[in-house]
Parts: sequence; C-alpha cells; structure tokens
Amino acid sequence: MSATLSAPARKPDASGEPGASRSNRKPRAPREKLMSRSAAMIVMVVSCFYFLLPVWWLFVSSTKSREQFGSTNGFLLADFNLFQNIGNLFAYNDGIYLRWMLNSVLYAGAGALIGTVISAMAGYALAKYRFPGRELVFNVVLGGVLVPATALALPLFLIFSQVGATNTFWSVFLPSLVNPFGVYLARIYASASVPDELLEASRLDGSGEVRTFFTIARKLMTPALVTIFLFQFVAIWNNFFLPLIMLRDESLFPVTLGLYTWNSQVNQIPEIRTYVIIGAFVSIIPLIIAFLSLQRFWQSGLGSGSVK
Amino acid sequence: MLRKNSTRIVALGVLSALALTGCASNSGSGSSGSAAADCAPADGKVELSFTSWIPGIDKVVDLWNEKNPDIQVTVQTGPNGNGGTYKNFFNQLEAGNAPDLGQIEYDALPNFRVQDGLENIAACDGVLDSKDQFIDWTWNQVTFGEDDAVYAVPQDTGPMAMYYRKDLFEKAGIPVPTTWDEYQAAAEKIRAQGGYITNFPQNDVNWFAGLVWQAGGQWFSNSGDAWNVTLDSPESAKVADYWQGLIGDDLVSKVPAWTDEWNNAYNTGSDWTWISAVWGANSISTGAPDTSGNWAVAPMPQWNAGEKAAGNWGGSSTAVLKGSEHPYEATKFALWLNTDPEALTALNQEANLYPATKDGLTLPVLADGVPFYGDQAIYDVFAEASGEVNPDFTWGPTMTQTYADVADGFGGVLGGSGTLTEALKNGQEKTISALEAQSIPVAK
Repeated sequence: MSATLSAPARKPDASGEPGASRSNRKPRAPREKLMSRSAAMIVMVVSCFYFLLPVWWLFVSSTKSREQFGSTNGFLLADFNLFQNIGNLFAYNDGIYLRWMLNSVLYAGAGALIGTVISAMAGYALAKYRFPGRELVFNVVLGGVLVPATALALPLFLIFSQVGATNTFWSVFLPSLVNPFGVYLARIYASASVPDELLEASRLDGSGEVRTFFTIARKLMTPALVTIFLFQFVAIWNNFFLPLIMLRDESLFPVTLGLYTWNSQVNQIPEIRTYVIIGAFVSIIPLIIAFLSLQRFWQSGLGSGSVK
Repeated sequence: MLRKNSTRIVALGVLSALALTGCASNSGSGSSGSAAADCAPADGKVELSFTSWIPGIDKVVDLWNEKNPDIQVTVQTGPNGNGGTYKNFFNQLEAGNAPDLGQIEYDALPNFRVQDGLENIAACDGVLDSKDQFIDWTWNQVTFGEDDAVYAVPQDTGPMAMYYRKDLFEKAGIPVPTTWDEYQAAAEKIRAQGGYITNFPQNDVNWFAGLVWQAGGQWFSNSGDAWNVTLDSPESAKVADYWQGLIGDDLVSKVPAWTDEWNNAYNTGSDWTWISAVWGANSISTGAPDTSGNWAVAPMPQWNAGEKAAGNWGGSSTAVLKGSEHPYEATKFALWLNTDPEALTALNQEANLYPATKDGLTLPVLADGVPFYGDQAIYDVFAEASGEVNPDFTWGPTMTQTYADVADGFGGVLGGSGTLTEALKNGQEKTISALEAQSIPVAK
C-alpha cells in the first residue's frame, strides 16, 4: 500500500531506468549492475513462475475432458475441450453456475461501489473537518481494521437471525459494505492530496460541501478510490465464511460458496469434479478483467497528481 | 465455575436420556420427553424447510410437493455435513431458526443428540410401525437404543464389499481372496508382479472404522451415565495390526485417497482391489474410466473362513431438528422420502443413494447388471452384505475430532513413524480429553 501512497510524489518515468543514469557517472558500475539486475530478474522470474503455475494448471485442466483429466500430465495440454466444458458447466443443474456468477458480480460490484463511496466520504470527512471526537472515531475505525471479518460472521448471523433476515440477499450484501481499511486509506489520501486551499476556493465560489466532495475531492482522490474499490471487490468476491453461515438457498450463493458446495459433493457425484475445476477457472476471469481495466486509473491518477 | 457445573448437569441429563427414556433436559424450548403430546397434525397448509447437500434432491422433493399440496417442502442446501452444514445447524439451533428437517450422517447423530438438537419423533404417526421396514443396524443408529425414542429416519447406507480387477486376477492365476489371510497372500503375489493389492488411505478413518465394524469391534458405547471409548479394543487392534503388516511389507500403496494420483493408480491397473462401500461403485467408474468392464464385486474378505460379516461406510438420516413447529408433517415427509419406492428410486438415480429399507434393496433399479462391472448384478452382493452388518455399532459424540486425530496418527504411519495401534491409542486419549472438555462424562 505504501507504494500507492508515496507514488504521487515521484515522477512516473523516474522509476524507469534508475541504473542507466547512475552508470553514466560511475564507469565501474556495469558489472555490479549486471549482477544485481540478473539477481533481481531471477527472483522475479521465479516468483512469477510460482504465482502463475497454479493458474496455468487450472487453465490446462479446464481444457481437458473428464477422461483425460486423470490420465494426462496436469501441466501439458491434451485435446482442447475448453468451450465444450464451459458449455456443460453453464448447462449443469439448470445453469445454476451462471446464477452464482451473477450473484458474485452483484455482491462484489455493487458492494464495492457503495462501500467505496461510504469509505471515501467517511475518510474525507475525517481528514477535512474538525469536530469533537474526530480522533476517537478514527481510532475506532482503525481498531476495526484489526478485527478479522471471519470473527464477525457468527455475531452477524445471530443479529440477522433476530430480525429474521438470514438467508436473504441483504444478509451478505449489507455487511460487505463496511470497510474500515478503506476509511483509513481514504483519510490518509485525502489529507495528503486534497489541498485545503482548493476547498476554501470552492466554498467561496458558492459550492456546497457535498458538491465539493463529489466534483473536486473525488477527482483528486481517484487513485485511492480505485485502490479501495479493487481491494473491496476482491475481498467480497473471495468472502466465503459469511455466505457459508448466512445462506441456505442455492440461488443466493456467490460463486465461491457454490464451488465449495460442489467440491464437497465430489465423493457422491464424481462427475462434479470437472465442473469445480472449470468453474474455478471461469470465476477468476472477472477478477482479471477488473484489475486490467482499472489499473489505468492508477496511472492517470499519478499523472494528474504530478501536474498539480 | 457455577456455569461449568450447570452445563455439566445439562450434559449429564441429556446423556442419561440417551440410555433411559426421555428425561427432560432444560435447554431449548421443548423437552425431549414431551414429544408424544406435541406430535399432532396442524390445521391447514404447512410449509417445511429441509436442508440437505445431496445433489438433485430437489427433484425428488418435487415429486412429494406435487402430491401433497398441503405440506410443501422447500429444499435448502450447503456443503456436506462436516464441510459446514453441521456447524450451520448448530448455529441455527442456537439462533432458533433451524430448518424443520436436516440431513445428518449416522456418525454425527450422537453429537446432535448430546447437544439436544433433535426432536423425538417416536410419537408421530407411523414412526414406530416403520421400524421393521428399516435394516436393523440403521434403526439402532437413530434410536441410540432408547425406549420410545426415535430421533431421525434412516436414509441411506454404505454396506461394504470388495471391488477387484477380475481380469488381472484371472490373468495372474491368483484366486479371489475370501479371507483376510488369503488377501495378504494375494497381496504378496501382486506385489511380486509390480502392483499393489490396494491403497491405505490416511484420511478415510471412517473407512477403517468400517473394517473394525466388520471385525465385531466397537469404538464407543454408552452405559447410560457415561461413554466408553474403546478405539483400542482387541478387535480394533487386530485390524490395525493386520494393516500395519501390509504397510510395513510395502504391500499397499499409500497415495492420498480421492486425488488424481489415486484415481490414476486404479485407472492404470497398479492398484487391484478396493474394499469399499456400495457408493464407491461410482467413484471407480468415473476415476478409472479406462478399466471399464474389467471390475467385479465380491464380499469382503473374512476373519474366519465361512463367515459373512460385513462393515458399513457412510450413510445418513433425515432428522427433525429441535424447534420445528410441525414435527408431524416433517416426520410424514421424512418417512415418505426414505421408504417410498418412487422416492428411493429417484434418490438412487439422482444421487446414487443406497436405501436403508429392506424392501429398497430389491428395487428394480438395483437389479440390473452394471456394464462397468462386466454386467455383474453388483447390488446383489451389497444387498447381502447389508444384512450382515453388526447392528450394535455406536458412534461417539465427537467424531470429527476423533477422525482428525486418528488421521494424524495414520499419516505418521504412512510416513514411516509409529504404528496404527499407537495412532488409535493416541486418538483414544484425545477423544477422552475432548469429551471431558465438553463436560460429557467418560467411564474410566
């Protein structure tokens, strides 16, 4: 996280070739540079390999037919059945998998969007307004960062039980909106990147506080907001324990819980194993899309920060 | 201290209810003894919720809903019992919003009984009369040997037999083993040819329990005011020593069960037999597709030649959970689900469940030969095994913990340290401490 926070201070192209400018000044550097660079490269390649290997396995396994899955090497392609497998997956059990994906997109997409707005507003208010108890509120939020979401699942279940709202969309959606880390990040970023002078100026021009926040502060805070959104999107997408405890109706499941449920039935219906694997592969695609399409906002945010 | 004592008293109360007749326990809304007065039909339409992780069970329930417009059942689902659904049941019982009906495996029933999570449905219409329809051992699982008490309706069973590669045995000229001694002799011959007779799984402790069950052993018993834990009983030790010998002489493979490696060992013909439950038929045919037509099923090897003892691995029941407002209707549905030929046939076709009723074993759907097993009518073997399962086997109230601790020990054995007997002894000690930690009395 510190990288994102300190990034606006640095020029984007300064990180490009730090070794190149140094080597001009020091003639003896190339050898050292070569060694350290190749060491760095090796570390990067090894860790890249390490992180991508399971994804590769997942991809390869998703392309195989059920017979070849057990009998061929897990890392080598066999007959390419990916689209046929995906078709079977989407058709199985009246297309329940698509329903789960849709649920996940709804829980994670809408949840992260609204959650980011809440975090941004709370963080901005804590950074820019002086009011009694401000530090106390902030410290309580900070304390919230330390409480793992898993530990709150059971108390939440008992609370939702009292109002009869377990096994509903809201029982998973509402708790997902809360993100103390997002508030923390938004506060730090707002106090660093939104100048008080700008707010004064907009007030003098007659802009209301809410309008100022949505037109001026929001734009200045964009890189932090994208970060909060992505983090919360991934957190809700991967959230498993809360839906596990709250939901009993299959049509409300997010894809994580659905796949887990299938996986636990493998002993009974061995055919399901194929669906679990293809389902896992398909379920990571929205995450990849979310990251690739949102990362440019980080860059544009960096740029606009440096121009200011 | 006070609190600890009071939970202890509750646990004692519930426990004595286990062996004596319904003694009122003071937690929850109703008391176990008064179920008799409660089990009356409701006026008008009733809606029931039923949680089960059996794939496709909603289609079976649809059959019921069509015929019973006044008792509509909604299926809820989740991961398998130990994967989270049992934990959810306990949370829901605590919060007072448990489903009316829940699927519970036999080895988890005592836990729910000790925690007072089950309705006594003995007084409900037709329950006691249905006793003779069910296979004897399953009835003991749902009554815990109490008088006038029934806590669930048996659903399915997993009688065990021996799956073996008929073609390989014939080709090698090895007779199909009928006793455990012959099984060991065959194992040596197979090893000499480079194969393994079977695989010893680290984590399927309930499979091992099935072998102890066959040998006439008991892991738990309940004397009325305390539990006896006998993982180290002589029968248990006999089975452990036998498999310890096979492991020590490298006569069995040791890959983790239910993995690709394990499937592959069967698919390539390196493992020749599998002592397993009836539902395992499907596991082999999907895990080892290349061996289609080469398998056959024979009764389990015996400890004494000429005997017919069989073990059981798995199976579950449909229980009416504590706090259900409609035990009468819930029971009616549970009895239909688990005795009606149409329902049993659908359960078998959708989810490969093997019935717990005597009549269910002769369902037409179970009579045909199975192409994967060379058109052998394999379910005849299991039907016979089903009648030979010792009716008195009892599960303990903390099986999840017992399985985990014994599996840890088994893992050590497969890695080369310790013995199976030591693993069982260790599991025994851990189980006793776990019971004591829950204030459940243990006989010393």
